[in-house]
Amino acid sequence: MKKVFCRPKSMTDTVFHYCAGCGHSITHRLIAEVIDEMDIRGITIGVPPAGCAVLAYKYFNVDMIEAQHGRGPATATGIKRMLPDRVVFSYQGDGDLAAIGIAESFHAANRGENITVVFINNAVYGMTGGQMAPTSMLGQKTTTSPAGRASLLDGHPIQISEVFTLLPGTAYIERCTVNSPAAILKTKKAIRKAFEYQLDCRGFSLVEILSPCPTNWKMTPIESNRWIDEVMSKKFPLGVLKDLPAGEAKKGGKTP
Amino acid sequence: MNKVLMQGNKVIGEAAILAGCRFYAGYPITPQNEIPEYMSERLRQVEGGVFIQSESEIAAIHMVVGASAAGARAMTSSSSPGISLKQEGISSLAACQLPAVIVNMMRGGPGLGNISPAQGDYFQATRGGGHGDYRVIVLGPATAQELADLTMDAFDLADAYRTPVMILADGMMGQMMEPVVFKEPKPRVYPERHMMRGAGTGKHKIIRGLILDPLEMEEHNWTLERKYRVIAQQETRHELYRAEDAELILVAYGTGARIAKGAIKRLREMGIKAGLFRPITLWPFPTAELRELAKRNKDFMVFELSTGQVVEDVRLALQGYARIGFHGRPGGVVPTPAELANVIIRQYDPKQGIAEHQ
Repeated sequence: MKKVFCRPKSMTDTVFHYCAGCGHSITHRLIAEVIDEMDIRGITIGVPPAGCAVLAYKYFNVDMIEAQHGRGPATATGIKRMLPDRVVFSYQGDGDLAAIGIAESFHAANRGENITVVFINNAVYGMTGGQMAPTSMLGQKTTTSPAGRASLLDGHPIQISEVFTLLPGTAYIERCTVNSPAAILKTKKAIRKAFEYQLDCRGFSLVEILSPCPTNWKMTPIESNRWIDEVMSKKFPLGVLKDLPAGEAKKGGKTP
Repeated sequence: MNKVLMQGNKVIGEAAILAGCRFYAGYPITPQNEIPEYMSERLRQVEGGVFIQSESEIAAIHMVVGASAAGARAMTSSSSPGISLKQEGISSLAACQLPAVIVNMMRGGPGLGNISPAQGDYFQATRGGGHGDYRVIVLGPATAQELADLTMDAFDLADAYRTPVMILADGMMGQMMEPVVFKEPKPRVYPERHMMRGAGTGKHKIIRGLILDPLEMEEHNWTLERKYRVIAQQETRHELYRAEDAELILVAYGTGARIAKGAIKRLREMGIKAGLFRPITLWPFPTAELRELAKRNKDFMVFELSTGQVVEDVRLALQGYARIGFHGRPGGVVPTPAELANVIIRQYDPKQGIAEHQ
C-alpha cells in the first residue's frame, strides 16, 4: 500500500503537550514539513522561545538552542553570523517578540540579519495562564485585564508586522493564520518562502501567524477559529506585507 | 614578541584576538569603550571575525550565547551597570555549559554610579551574579601584562570547563598604559561535539537551560557543582609579595593590590614588616592558600575599593584564626599608597596586632 501521510523527518516521535485546538502544533508541523521538502534538516538550527513553545526543542528533529525569554533573535544573530551558510530560525510568541524581546527582534530586523522569525500571535499569554499580551485586542478580557483591555491603561495591540515593514533590513513579511485547511496551506507556503529568502541571503524574514488559543480565550476550538476571522484579523489583516525583490534585498547582517 | 606600550582596554582586545576570539558583541559604556572600538577594527582584519555593536547589553550577551554555541571563541565587555544587564545571559551560559569571556571594567556604583575605578562588583562577580546555582570563574588582573595573560587564559579556562569566565578589572586598569609582551597563545582544544552547527545526517543536538523535571534539574545542578569543585581544587591562583618575613599580611586584588604594594614599601621603610597576599582568581578564591598563611601570621589587613566585599571571603578563609583589619574606599575614590600606609600605622601595633574590623 502507498504511504500518503507520515510524520516529517524533521519532527521527533514525541507527543505534543499543546492544548486541543492550539495553533502551535500545526505550525510546528508546517515548519518541519518545509524543512523536509527543502532538504535542509542537516543545516537548520532552531531557536525556541520561552512561552508555550518552550519545549519546541523536543519536537523538532533539528539542532535547537533554547533562548532566554525574548532573546531569540540575538542568539540567532550570534549563530548565523558565525555560520552564515546555515538556516537559522527563531520561533517566538507575542510576549517573547512584541514585549520582552521587542528590542532584540526590532534590531535584528533592522540589521537585516539573514534569519527567519516565526511569530505566533495568539493575543494572550498562554503558558503563564492567560494574561494580557501586547497583541491582545481592545476590550479583550484576560486574567490581567479583567475589565477588558483599555487603550488608556494598557495601550493598543501592536501590529508588529506592519511596523517591521518600515525597516529596510526586512525582506519578506507575511501575516497568515492556521484556522482553516486553506489558511494552513497558505501559511506553509509563507514559511517556505521565508526559508528560501534566507537561503538566498535576502535579509530578515518574518511570518506572523494568528494562532488560536481556545484554553485562554475560553472558547471552543471552533469558536476560536471563528474569532480569528471575525475579530483578530480585523486588527491584524492577513496577507503579504512586504516582499522585497531579490535585486533590492539589503543583504544585511554580514561582516565585511 | 616585542614589548609594546598599550592601554589596558586595548591590551584585552589584542589578547582576545591572539587567543582566537572571533566574535565580539558589546554596547559602549565608559570606562571600557576602547574594547569595542579596538575589536571593531581588529575583527575586520582577521578571517571569520564578527563584530556587532548590539542594541543593548542584554542583546550582546545573548549574541555571545549564539556564537559560542556555534563554536566560536566569543567575548563581550562592559562596565558595572552593563554587567548587571548581562546577568541573564551569563546565567544562561553557565546553565547551558557554554564557554565565553566577559570583561567587567568596574566603575563606581550602585545605580548608574560614576565612571571612576571601583571594586564594588566583587559580590556580583564571585557569587554567580545572576539567578540560580552557578559560579563564574573570575580573574582579577593587576597589571596590563596580566590583562594580556589572563585574557588569553580566560578563553582556555572557558573552553576547558565549558563555562563563562569573567575578567574583573576596573576603570584604572582599563585606561592606564603599560608595557606588555603578548605571550604565544595555546592552540585551542574544544571538541566539535560541543558545537551546534546543524545536525548533518546525524542526531540533532539540543542546548538548553530549561529542565522542567525537578529531579533532572537537581542532577544538572549537582553536575555543575561537581565541575565547580574541580575548578576550585585546580585553578586557584594567587601572588605573595614580600610575605616571607611579614608580620602583617595585606590582602588586596587588582588595582587595590597595586596600591597595597606601594603602601607595603612605605611601611617597610618605617620598620613595619608588611607583605601582600593577592588573589588572582577571585572565584575560586584561594581560600586554602590564605588559611595556610594564618598558621604563622595572625594579623591581616584587607584593602579594597569598596565598603567591604572581599573581606568576607578573607573572614571565611581565616575562620577566626587571625585578626582582620579593613580599609575601604568605595565610590570611585582611588586612595594613594601613602594614605593606606597611614591608615595601617593607626590601626596596627606590632605588639598588639591589627585593630579588628567589626
